[in-house]
Amino acid sequence: MTIDAVIFVISAVVAIFGAAMMIAQRNPVASVLYLILSLIAQAVIYVQLGALFVGIMLVIVYAGAIMVLFLFVIMLLNLRGSEELGKPSGRVSRFTKYVITLLFFVELIFVIRGVALPPAPELVTNQPDAFGSVKAVSMLLFTKYLYPFQLTGVLMLIAVVGAVVIARREHPGELPDDTAAESTLAETPKEGTKA
Amino acid sequence: MSVPISAYLTLAAVLFGLGTVGVLITRNIIVLFMCIELMLNAANMALIAFSRALNVMDGHVMVFLVMTVAAAEAAVGLGMIITIHRNRETINIDRFDLMKW
Repeated sequence: MTIDAVIFVISAVVAIFGAAMMIAQRNPVASVLYLILSLIAQAVIYVQLGALFVGIMLVIVYAGAIMVLFLFVIMLLNLRGSEELGKPSGRVSRFTKYVITLLFFVELIFVIRGVALPPAPELVTNQPDAFGSVKAVSMLLFTKYLYPFQLTGVLMLIAVVGAVVIARREHPGELPDDTAAESTLAETPKEGTKA
Repeated sequence: MSVPISAYLTLAAVLFGLGTVGVLITRNIIVLFMCIELMLNAANMALIAFSRALNVMDGHVMVFLVMTVAAAEAAVGLGMIITIHRNRETINIDRFDLMKW
C-alpha cells in the first residue's frame, strides 16, 4: 500500500465512524462533536483529491462556524440528552427504513460501478495557480461563476433576515431580563401537546 | 495516483447512506439537521472526486456554493427549531405532525 492509500483508508474509516456515532449518540452535544470529527476526516480526503482551498473552507466554515451554531442552539435550548423523545418507532417501521436505505445504497454503488472515468492526471502542487489552489478557484469564481456567486450573497442576506425574523420573540417591546422572559413564556398560549 | 476515483465515490455513497439512515430513524430534530448536513457533505465529496477525475475545477466552485446554501439552511432551520421548541417544548420530530396527512 502506498502512502496515498494509507491516508485514504484511515480518513475514510474515521469519517464513517464519526458519522455512525453521530447517529447513535443520544446526547446532541456528542453528536455535534462526532460530526466535527467526521468533517475533519472528510477535509483530509478533499486535500488528498487536490481541493486545498475547499478542504480548508470545510474545516473553517463547517467545523468552525456551522457546528458552533448547532452547539449554540443546543446550549440555548438547554438540551442534555435526557429529553423525553417518546417511544421509538415499531420494529416493522424501523426495518422498512433500513431496507429502503440499503436499496438506495446498492443503487448508488451500481451507478458508481457503471461509471467509466479516465485515470486522473497527476497533481502539480508547486505552482501558485495549481489545481485546487486559492488562485485557480477564485479565477473561476469571479469570472465564469460570477453571477451565481453574487446570487449567493443575496441568498445569505435573505437567510440572515429570515433567521432573525423566525427566531425572535413575539413581544419585542419587553426588556430582555429574566422576569420579562418568564412572563412572555407564561402569556404564550400553550398549544396542545399533540396536534 | 494509487487510490481509484471509484473508492472516493463509494465513500461518498456510504456517508450519504448513513445520513439517510439518520434522517429516517432519528427522533431528535437537531440530529436530523446534522444528518442533512452530512448528506450535503457526501454530495460535495462526489463533486470533488469528479473534479479531480475530469481535471476541471468547476466542481470546487459548486462545492463552495453548496456550502453557502448549507450555511443559510442551517441558520434558518435552527431559528425554526428555536421557535418550535419555544411553542411545543419538545424536540421530538414525531410531535411536529400538524401538516401530516
